[in-house]
Amino acid sequence: MATTTTTKVQTLTGQRVRRREDPRLITGTATYVDDVKMPGMLYAAILRSPHAAARIRSLNVEAAAKSPGVHAVFIGADIEGVGPVPCAAAVPGLRVPKHTILATHRVYFVGHPVAVVVATDRYKAADALDLIEVDYEDLPAVADPEKALERGAPAVHPEWPDNIAFTQQTEYGDPKKAFAEAGVVVRQRIVSQRLIPTAMETRGVVAEWRAGEKQLTLYSSTQIPHLMRTQVALMLGIAENRLRVIAPEVGGGFGSKLNVYAEEALMGFVAMRVNKPIKWIESRRENFQATIHGRGHVDYVELAATKDGVITGMKIKIIQDLGAYHQLLGPLIPTLSVLMLPGIYNFHNAEAQIVGVFTNAVPTDAYRGAGRPEATHCIERMVDILAAEIKMDPAEIRFKNFPGKDAFPFQTATGLFYDSGDYAKPLERALEIVDYTTARSQQRKARSEGRRQGIGICTYGEICALGPSPATPAGGWESATVRIEPTAKVTVMTGASPHGQGQETSFAQLAADAFGVSMDDVVVLHGDTAVVQYGIGTFGSRATAVGGTAVYLALQDLRTKCGRFAAHMMGVAAEDVSFEGGVFSSPKTSKTVQFGEVALEAHICRNLPPGLEPGLVATRFFEPSNFAFPFGAHIAQVEVDGETGEVKILRYVAVDDCGKVINPLLVDGQVHGGVAQGLGQALFEEAVYDEYGQLVTGELMSYAVPKAIHVPEIECDRTETPSPVNPLGAKGVGEAGTIGCSPAIVNAVVDALSPLGIRHLDMPMTPQRVWRAIAERSQA
Amino acid sequence: MDKPIRINVNGKAIEATVEPRLLLVHFLREVAGLTGAHVGCETTVCGACTVLLEGRAVKSCTMFAVQADGKQVTTIEGLARNGELHPVQEAFWNEHGLQCGFCTPGMILTSVQILTDQPDLGRDEIRHGLEGNLCRCTGYMHIVNAVRAAAKKMAATA
Repeated sequence: MATTTTTKVQTLTGQRVRRREDPRLITGTATYVDDVKMPGMLYAAILRSPHAAARIRSLNVEAAAKSPGVHAVFIGADIEGVGPVPCAAAVPGLRVPKHTILATHRVYFVGHPVAVVVATDRYKAADALDLIEVDYEDLPAVADPEKALERGAPAVHPEWPDNIAFTQQTEYGDPKKAFAEAGVVVRQRIVSQRLIPTAMETRGVVAEWRAGEKQLTLYSSTQIPHLMRTQVALMLGIAENRLRVIAPEVGGGFGSKLNVYAEEALMGFVAMRVNKPIKWIESRRENFQATIHGRGHVDYVELAATKDGVITGMKIKIIQDLGAYHQLLGPLIPTLSVLMLPGIYNFHNAEAQIVGVFTNAVPTDAYRGAGRPEATHCIERMVDILAAEIKMDPAEIRFKNFPGKDAFPFQTATGLFYDSGDYAKPLERALEIVDYTTARSQQRKARSEGRRQGIGICTYGEICALGPSPATPAGGWESATVRIEPTAKVTVMTGASPHGQGQETSFAQLAADAFGVSMDDVVVLHGDTAVVQYGIGTFGSRATAVGGTAVYLALQDLRTKCGRFAAHMMGVAAEDVSFEGGVFSSPKTSKTVQFGEVALEAHICRNLPPGLEPGLVATRFFEPSNFAFPFGAHIAQVEVDGETGEVKILRYVAVDDCGKVINPLLVDGQVHGGVAQGLGQALFEEAVYDEYGQLVTGELMSYAVPKAIHVPEIECDRTETPSPVNPLGAKGVGEAGTIGCSPAIVNAVVDALSPLGIRHLDMPMTPQRVWRAIAERSQA
Repeated sequence: MDKPIRINVNGKAIEATVEPRLLLVHFLREVAGLTGAHVGCETTVCGACTVLLEGRAVKSCTMFAVQADGKQVTTIEGLARNGELHPVQEAFWNEHGLQCGFCTPGMILTSVQILTDQPDLGRDEIRHGLEGNLCRCTGYMHIVNAVRAAAKKMAATA
């Protein structure tokens, strides 16, 4: 037994530790789905509908099947019985169209899969696609959700001619009274346009069927390997424990890979049929046509307030463009918007209506923020419109309507309990950073010189750390197993499925701190259903607050168990053992035992303590009691070029409160990336379908993802209000930047144009749209 | 119709007989077995497939392998020398210049080229230099920090 003196070890939690994921990524040695290669592997290519709505009169695959290198061609009729593509959104009264794996008699959107070809390489598979003859009878289509609601609009699904998938009506408090008694009412139609998530890695699947073992393995670029396993097993009609899903390196998701798609089941089916490993990699065009889109709201909003700016009520009608089908969560997304409508303001009367609309377009579903950016954009625009109406400063009106910092847990108008918060603090900090008073006087000076400068504020709150299980469709907990190996190495298996967020690093920080070992002694495993017990996945800013807590709890269990081994080894009572810096000690006897000695003894068990089982493995499932609610204040300063309509961002300040932080470097990265996506929505991005339902923005050449020159330098700061919902005190930060950014930018541009009488502009505020708004007002 | 070609990839000659339509990126990934160059768009927009051809950054998804016949190609796998990371690789790591990592090989190789052309680039110039490479995760700021840091280190050791 060693008797070294203990040295206080600095904890890694809270430090800017560089990532352990990076060495493989910066050297090109990481394995994404397209990097998986297997002996005898064949390549699949999918024929997709070029029409938004059409009847399939006939389908001839003979020539394709005879094309060089082709092993098989499958059409809808071959795969009946597999599927359907699942929707887990339990919205009352929801009309759920049967979503088959391949189209059979009719296609409903451009990109709808019709047939699959399997060949020896991707070129030959693509050649054969061109030889498939489909006789389509083109039908009228509708891709605009408001037009779809008009009388006489083409029916997306003939059985539901009104194109309504569901409606939801909710009322909180007494909105009628609030509006009747209001000193001021402001109204606005606000659009949160359809966006294309555009993860840099498209989707892809490798399917391997081992007939002898009756085992199917799917490599898929997914955020939810376990949920996918359950769903795809059901779709294929195979036992869940005969399916293994591996999410290898995943090149971004942003919600677009929080789904179970037709292609995952299709590739499993094909692999089992041809008895060879199959690879399918989505092209970018397919990704834009057939992977979910996000947002797609048209909102009619009203805000009631007193004449001196106290908000008293809100009304909203959300028209949600759902696309032709429901993917996994689609119809739930606008219900999240309703929950978050009140933002971080203290009013209790609200009325919300959702009309979910079918269109001949790819389904919408969760995209970074999923329902909250839409809600935040509405309330933050309306607060600015109200401020303009009563001529109050936009910062002042916000301070006026925040609940006090002692009001937590704060019950919102929509029945949520915000866990903790101090909403004035990040706004005060952000105003201080931009030097608001000076900034306003500079703005006045610029205006007097004919320059259109604006300052935009967004104070957001968001719901994350999803979430308590009853509030989620498939369980809101997360799991972790921690195993201490006989050689004192620590292996963490998490049900979270990180794909860029960096939990291989932050969870290793937690583990290294728990046992006083080096991070190099820790390995974090994820994304493989044969390795990880079970898990929910990474989305909704939940991996740290929920998944990290499960890791933390498992680490604590093992600390306790190690302490009991150590006590027995030192011959003292367990409660007399302390642990620091990798050394167990008993202050009473001044005996010590190293963590490494305990790890070995727990496995070889020369002298097993009574009542203790061998081994050091702990599994914990953490069920949060509530969501966590991060918040913050973003301020943008812009200048609009009156000649071109171009928006230049002069300054961008983001003050976020995501609770306790494990690794500030990673949090900065999340905020930066989130802001860039929010900026994309504010200024550049829009998925445009034309009147025939053709996707006009069908490639990266026409869909404007922000480039390095478009994104400003982002000045990050934070306040820290721990969440009481989990022992880490973490809230979540994956989506905050996106939620905070778009309204800040739009508010700034509208502020810049306010001397012209403009009080609202819809996104994306392209130079053309801004220029047109200026031109119309200047003429008037 | 197939054509024999010889491409020097990361200092090693690779010979193969290929279809004229084979894209350089597929030659690198499938024939040479180097999967560091990624396919993100097939339309020369995203830059995930960027490699250095005779020292210049090119997008290997819109170039045929036969066009690189007899030429030198450097991929991300060939950037580190004797197990030592290139200063740009090291800087991307230190500055958290990547998240999902899919754009990273292309982003690093473009950065290498712009720093080779002009070692002392300002932040705006770096942003312009990276216009041909998209990143959806980082918001570019840490990437710009990384390129600045690499420039400083390369200047110090030059």
